[in-house]
Amino acid sequence: MSGYEFTRRNLLKSAALSAAGASLNLPAFSRAFAAADLTVGIVYVGARDDFGWNQAHAVAIKSLKEVPGVKVVEEENVPETDAVSKSMESMINLDGAGLILATSFGYYKPFVLDLAKKYPDVQFRHAAPLWNKDTDPKNAGSYFGYLNQAHYVNGVAAGLCTKTNKIGFVAAKPIASVLSNINSVLLGARSVNPNASVRVIFTGDWSMPVREAESANALVDAGCDVITCHVDGPKVVIETAEKRGVMSCGHNASQAPLAPKGFITGAEYKWITIYKGYASDLAAGKTLPNFLIGGYEVDFVQNTPFGAAATDPAKKAALAAIAGLKAKKPIYVGPLKDNKTGKVVIDKTYDNLDPYLDKMDYLLEGVVGSTT
Amino acid sequence: MSNAPLVTGAPRDIVGPVATPAAGSDFAARFRANSEYVVIPLIALLIAAALFAVFLMAIGKSPVDFVSYVWRGGFGTSFSLQNTLQRSAPLILTALAVAIPARIGLIMIGGEGALVLGGFASAVVAIPMLGRVPPMPTLIIMAIFAMIVGGFWVGLAGFLRYARGVNETISSLLLTYIGIAIMNFFVEGALRDLSDPNKPSTKPLGKAYMVGVIPGTEVHWGIVFGVALCIALYILMTRTTFGFAARVTGGNFRAALAQGLPVGRLIVACSAIAGACAGLAGFFEVAAIQGRANASLAAGYGFTGILVSFLARHNPLAIPVVAILFGGLVASGGLIQRRMGLPDATVLVLQGLIFVVLLTSETLYGRFSMFKPPAERDRT
Amino acid sequence: MNEPAILTVLIAMLGGAIRVSTPFMFVSLGECLTEKSGRVNLGLEGTLVLGAMVAYAFSYHTGSPWIGVLAAGVAGSALGAMHGSICGLPRVNDVAVGIAMMLFGVGVAFFFGKPYIQPEAPRLGSIPLGLWSDSASLKSALQVNPLFFIGIALAVVMAWSLRNTRWGLVVRTVGDSAAAARAMGISVNFVRLMTTTVGGFAAGVGGAFLSLSYPGSWNQGLSSGQGLMAVALVIFARWDPLRCIAAALLFGAAGAIGPSLQSIGITQGYYFFNAAPYILTLGIMIATSSAKHSARDMPGELSIAK
Repeated sequence: MSGYEFTRRNLLKSAALSAAGASLNLPAFSRAFAAADLTVGIVYVGARDDFGWNQAHAVAIKSLKEVPGVKVVEEENVPETDAVSKSMESMINLDGAGLILATSFGYYKPFVLDLAKKYPDVQFRHAAPLWNKDTDPKNAGSYFGYLNQAHYVNGVAAGLCTKTNKIGFVAAKPIASVLSNINSVLLGARSVNPNASVRVIFTGDWSMPVREAESANALVDAGCDVITCHVDGPKVVIETAEKRGVMSCGHNASQAPLAPKGFITGAEYKWITIYKGYASDLAAGKTLPNFLIGGYEVDFVQNTPFGAAATDPAKKAALAAIAGLKAKKPIYVGPLKDNKTGKVVIDKTYDNLDPYLDKMDYLLEGVVGSTT
Repeated sequence: MSNAPLVTGAPRDIVGPVATPAAGSDFAARFRANSEYVVIPLIALLIAAALFAVFLMAIGKSPVDFVSYVWRGGFGTSFSLQNTLQRSAPLILTALAVAIPARIGLIMIGGEGALVLGGFASAVVAIPMLGRVPPMPTLIIMAIFAMIVGGFWVGLAGFLRYARGVNETISSLLLTYIGIAIMNFFVEGALRDLSDPNKPSTKPLGKAYMVGVIPGTEVHWGIVFGVALCIALYILMTRTTFGFAARVTGGNFRAALAQGLPVGRLIVACSAIAGACAGLAGFFEVAAIQGRANASLAAGYGFTGILVSFLARHNPLAIPVVAILFGGLVASGGLIQRRMGLPDATVLVLQGLIFVVLLTSETLYGRFSMFKPPAERDRT
Repeated sequence: MNEPAILTVLIAMLGGAIRVSTPFMFVSLGECLTEKSGRVNLGLEGTLVLGAMVAYAFSYHTGSPWIGVLAAGVAGSALGAMHGSICGLPRVNDVAVGIAMMLFGVGVAFFFGKPYIQPEAPRLGSIPLGLWSDSASLKSALQVNPLFFIGIALAVVMAWSLRNTRWGLVVRTVGDSAAAARAMGISVNFVRLMTTTVGGFAAGVGGAFLSLSYPGSWNQGLSSGQGLMAVALVIFARWDPLRCIAAALLFGAAGAIGPSLQSIGITQGYYFFNAAPYILTLGIMIATSSAKHSARDMPGELSIAK
């Protein structure tokens, strides 16, 4: 299993290195990013093999380990408290990390920021579009894949596969990125099927297997025949949908093996693009970009290969949608109203990476559900 | 089937016997009797360590490596030591939340809920004051509010125990889950600060309104208050009438009733003090670390505090020591994960093992004659 | 699908009652037996999680989910025996040991369970009892796992034997008055050790249901205090196995309310609906307890009674 790879030799080597480093208190400057030796530290908020958010990162970082001269240290189940500060600091001090990847939303303020100010020679990158070039230190930065583009493609495929025109969405918390995924599924479905609607249930937390299963069941009972989700570990939702005999779309990582009959496609992150970019920049001695966001147009997201439930028209439409997104075709084209008060929330056409969309706190008309 | 009322209070040997009043107040005899309380836990810790070492070897890992990483990650460098102290601060307070009710014979495990609600209350009460009231009075008011709300929450469990006989262990745990749900409801709804769309939180305090670090270190003031509270509560429980009355009630409920002690008030008071301690821990989490209230408040400190308190035998003076030990274990967890390839659950297993062995060692008290004064030893 | 909304919720509650209640049933029956003999085992939360992990692991390795269930029971009884033997020593507080075992059980489960989060293990099948219905949701609600029936059967057997067999009398005597039991020549500790072990077996099976049937997956967030709620359930059911079943069904239904209401469009305040089981438990405990009279039917030797 991943993680149990430390051989005796590695152990002794790193122990010796860090013992030397700790006792001499080597200043930060000597951590040269020579091609020969780069240590990347990555922190996960959950388990590495959760079939979801953390796994997507772990899979991408695994390919980084193949790059010669790069060593990766990983720590999982680090909560969003000062524990992550200490973990990151420990990686810097005791493992000699030169690049820290913080993969959970709540790590940034204040933990990554404070640490970035304290260790100006270490690079910190955080997986959410939060870096502010006016207020935040230059050795910190953000990277993010706009998964909602892949969810839009999910919606397109689901819109043509659904027979009841009801798509079910099991969501964790009503935050902007989740809401954008829900809205994108709706817009994608409606672009090919004007009668499609999305029904959403919020479980209240990122990982609650029993509640996720109940929610999936409730959605199917309410008439949805395609189920998708945004929770940390979609395994339960997809398996429940498969058991009920309905179709499903995945999220975060590939859940295709879990639904041999009902899988359509899934929205996946492609963190490898970003991580490999960082590694090669560092090896060449270049400074890392501070704000690296994007979707299909820069290959930061992808869709899982089609499953058995994807019909030919659905596949065609989905591929066309992907091509459109690669050419930066916008998803949010106004005027669009919200589903609670009816007021117009998307007034014009927004570019897919427009920061206005990062503040989303509404569900579009056509989605059945509420954010509180 | 006995008709005895539920709240009878036959001795619950959580606290352990009071040291035998040494014949003739001989210092050596008292030392001998009290050393029992140090030696036996130490033996238990050694046994737990040995068992854990066997466990490690069985899965192919080196116990020596483990110990060295715990040392390096928890105590060996200045960074590690400060990490440990920072981790111990909330544990001291949440352990007090278990220790004080234990003295009155209650097993309360609601520290987590009181911490969350206390922290939440302090963040909320700060909102109208930010920018209008200077930091120091604001922080004081926040701390007081945290303690009031936390105290109310656990006090409720104590009240239910006295007035309705509801088992306080279960009720305090249920209140924890309910408290976290309340916090989440408000933080994601009415009291959500809209400037941060991705992590539902209350309005941030801003650097100016946060509790700072002790000068020269990177540890915030929480640990100082924690230790101070330990000393204060120790004095309260051992040197005041209140403390004496509470311990009598904990030792024998019926006798306390017969004496006319205000048992109900004592129970609720002790529960409220416990909740106030946990609430204060929540205040420090918000004001010294996070800067706002959100779901990250429920980080498990309340539950680890239970462990710390039991290991310290509910003695407020021993709590800081045990908390630092545990803080070191938790602090080294990351290093152990990275260097030994062990999952983070390893530390959980070790904690559980220590807890189980220590509780089992309770049975050793009173068995060894070396702890008894010479006169007693001759009796069979 | 086109049925009125209230019917949707009721069907969901029925499904929830059947699905979600099964682990509650097993854990509360196990705890009922343990408490009848005068001991409290709060460690069943840890037993539940460990049972879930062991069941999944064994099912994966052997290809048979029922072997997984059996293995989970054995693991549960091992933890139960551990609890029982430690509490048998003089001066050991069983509530505290329970909390310790909870921690230990969960730690061991997470530790060894890591490699099993990803792989697919064969799951327990269900018996479709709703084939007579046209409604897909009713059909799904009535997909009942055999363990549900085993649980009910277990409750009936337990209730009958506690009343009518010699062993049942022994257990009850030990639970009501240890002095009387000793006078009869019964080894109090041995009886309690047995009941705690059997209780652990049941809790392990309950855990197996979680990972092999519903939600049918193993990961670190599987249980959210269900083991502890089951202990409260026993008090609510006044130590009667049959009432434990009823209480478990009630709790299962309560757990299904939140998501179901959202699915029909009642979406405000879902946090409180999700907290419904805890609020319900607390309310019930308050209502059924009283300071003046001891809880009816409470075994006199229970430490939480003293």
